[in-house]
Amino acid sequence: MQPAHILHPRPEGIYCPKADLYIDPTRPVARALITHGHSDHARAGHASVLATPETLAIMAARYGPGFAGSTQALTYGEKLDIGGVTFSLHSAGHVLGSAQALAECGGTRVVASGDYKRQPDPTCAPFEVVRCDVFITEATFALPVFTHPSAAHEVQKLLASVAIFPERAHVVGAYALGKAQRVMAEMVRAGWDKPIYLHGALMQLTKLYQEHGVDCGDVRPVETAPKSFYAGAVILGTPGALLTPWVRRFPDPVTCFASGWMRIRARARQKGVELPLVISDHADWCDLQRTIKDTGASEVWITHGEADALAHWCEGEGLKAKALHLVGYGDEEEPPNNEPGAAA
Amino acid sequence: MNRFAALLDRLAYEPRRLGKLALLEAYFRQTPDPDRGWALAAMTGALTFKNAKAGLIRNLAAERTDPVLFGLSYDFVGDLAETVSLMWPADAARANAQLTITDVVEGLKETPKNELPATVANWLDRLDENGRWALLKLITGALRIGVSARLARTALAQLGGKSADEIEDVWHADTPPYSHLFAWLEGRAEAPSVSTMVRFYPPMLSHPIGPEEFAPLNPADFVAEWKWDGIRVQAAAGKGAGGERVTRLYSRTGEDISASFPDLVSGFDFDAVLDGELLIKRGGGVADFNTLQQRLNRKSVTAKLMSGFPAFIRVYDILALGDKDLRALPFIERRAKLETLVRAHPLAPIDLSEMIRFDTWAELSAARADPSHGGAGIDAEAVEGVMIKRRDAPYLAGRPKGYWFKWKRDPMVIDAVVMYAQRGSGKRSSFYSDYTFGVWTEAGDLTPVGKAYFGFTDEELIELDRFVRNNTENRFGPVREVTHTKTKGLVVEVAFEGLQRSTRHKSGVAMRFPRFSRIRWDKRPSDADTLEALEKFLSKAPAPAG
Repeated sequence: MQPAHILHPRPEGIYCPKADLYIDPTRPVARALITHGHSDHARAGHASVLATPETLAIMAARYGPGFAGSTQALTYGEKLDIGGVTFSLHSAGHVLGSAQALAECGGTRVVASGDYKRQPDPTCAPFEVVRCDVFITEATFALPVFTHPSAAHEVQKLLASVAIFPERAHVVGAYALGKAQRVMAEMVRAGWDKPIYLHGALMQLTKLYQEHGVDCGDVRPVETAPKSFYAGAVILGTPGALLTPWVRRFPDPVTCFASGWMRIRARARQKGVELPLVISDHADWCDLQRTIKDTGASEVWITHGEADALAHWCEGEGLKAKALHLVGYGDEEEPPNNEPGAAA
Repeated sequence: MNRFAALLDRLAYEPRRLGKLALLEAYFRQTPDPDRGWALAAMTGALTFKNAKAGLIRNLAAERTDPVLFGLSYDFVGDLAETVSLMWPADAARANAQLTITDVVEGLKETPKNELPATVANWLDRLDENGRWALLKLITGALRIGVSARLARTALAQLGGKSADEIEDVWHADTPPYSHLFAWLEGRAEAPSVSTMVRFYPPMLSHPIGPEEFAPLNPADFVAEWKWDGIRVQAAAGKGAGGERVTRLYSRTGEDISASFPDLVSGFDFDAVLDGELLIKRGGGVADFNTLQQRLNRKSVTAKLMSGFPAFIRVYDILALGDKDLRALPFIERRAKLETLVRAHPLAPIDLSEMIRFDTWAELSAARADPSHGGAGIDAEAVEGVMIKRRDAPYLAGRPKGYWFKWKRDPMVIDAVVMYAQRGSGKRSSFYSDYTFGVWTEAGDLTPVGKAYFGFTDEELIELDRFVRNNTENRFGPVREVTHTKTKGLVVEVAFEGLQRSTRHKSGVAMRFPRFSRIRWDKRPSDADTLEALEKFLSKAPAPAG
């Protein structure tokens, strides 16, 4: 079976003609398989949605219970036959509930990995290597300049800064789904037992993570209080919130930002970040290579990101590679000068 | 390198001046000699390594990395040192081996050119990513961490409980790695003694003054000169500490800017240190500041640039003559020596700042109001006011009270309408603090004529920010378009120091030094000025080419 007969790119997303199913479609479709809950992958308005129970819960929390006509939950490893193609979901290690989709037909295996990482993350299941013929990968950080330090190391940096500036507040910009909870869980692991204050936009998903058994520490919403109340405090907000008057309620805030992009000094400085935390939910350059090798795939399709660099590397390794140039998948880690209220 | 790398890393992200000073002071306090001295030299621009260049680093990267991936990475990162430091394929087991900044500086000085690539590659292998970045920044001589030589010396002053001017006074008495200087700062030695007069002297600065403050002053005790709109410099020439011939041009903060003005420095045929204003000749007179800017902050100086924008120094004080420090003499005695020196060196690229004749403050006021008839003649365009100096004033570092006054010409002002606002950076990153403003064209539209980001108080900034957020029409990344119709919008009074024709601006004019002077919450946009009214302020001097 030709891999392209199982899955191939279309403007709406990666498509399976036999099952009439799109993976992470960017427009409303009849049948969608959603790899994870980030808003550029999981959109509302599809007739039917197939995803992990956690991803379905995240979508319901974000868009309301009527986000799709019908839903079907598939746990990791469970198989489902649609139109002669066997689908199964496997942990991607990206955020809670994130999955790679394996589509198998006539002995040919194609894996659409969505977004993924290999670093340990206390908030979600670890990445599972799935052997396949074609591996469809992201390339968000596919340049040799991106090697992510451990998240624990970066959180140590944050806590060291809190110790140096006990009179100031540390305000950490972090994406609302996944990144914020990972920062909190890493803080707890590092021994932080004081409250962690949250911007309102982070409360709902954090509660959902807690309900799924993730220890996010002593989480409290930011409330009106004298400035001095937040001296020495750690506060998490969405990237957009850091640019709004919201931050002015804290004493002399140290602006922190948790993102893989923080590895590039100019990026951090342009955003006015004083304490960059290189914490990413995407695979770095080394882990992209390692993962491609681990899957044993002879062909690699690249959905979005620095496709040229990764394709160049694949060719050097004797692997067939092609860039799909799918549009619509931003990288949720980048604060693209986003205004408060703009879709993140 | 670990400490130095950590310092550079933290400085790069620290927007506050006080924060930078604290980091520098802590570094100097905690780091032993001679490491801290070499770091100081690196930050004050006192180190150059003639064999180590950006090209060497590029070649090393080409050998160790895939050229396609290097090219893509460099495009993405935009900075050579950072790209190489991030993607250098280091041996993790060996990283962070002990390597000091002293090892690096001595290695760069002593290693023959042909062995340098291997040496640098070996260092890169031994350092972690931050260390590699610091090393490469050091080699290429472009630290770009927002630390001026003056700021570094201010941190030294804090370390030793001295004033910044005391540091300036002894700065040139020691050389990198400044062990004697640090010993003095830590109270372990006498101040380094200055063995040469050819050095930078902390400049004497003036106080602004207004006409109402003249009343108690006797005009007979003062002289006056034009205040020129150029850059303050010191021209220093004579025997150096080792007896060699030294010629230097210093900025007002003590940065050595000789390399940008080789045409000037090569003409220093005197043995003295002169204080004056660097200006550009144009059409027989002095060009305005806009023209001068063509020659500032240039890395390389072409013959074309030097002939197209010929520089000279209009001198107004003499600080040292031969091996004598003249600063304690009264102004008029120094002035007499200065006049003699200028006459004796007709070929030097200097001329004398002329005195303004006046017997009463009213006469001086008239000259200030109309410099072209007050004696400035053809150079009147480059006058930005008058300087008033006490006849008996010694030359004192800093801004001593009662000796020198500046009486600036009144700024030009217009009423303009705020069109766009952009978020600031650092402490202002949640505030819309940079404003683009416009005036009305004949067609009845607003055309942007300038950008201002100061001239308002913190309280006014809060109000301005609120106005921008409540009156946003469009968003373009960090920029917001603010409502600006005839009836709805915000009028600001903008003060500026001059106006030039400009091909780079849509409106065809460029303002010098614009800032808000008042926020006119009371006015309607239709009350703001027109482009035609603004153009009346155009300077009569021809616009510079380009």
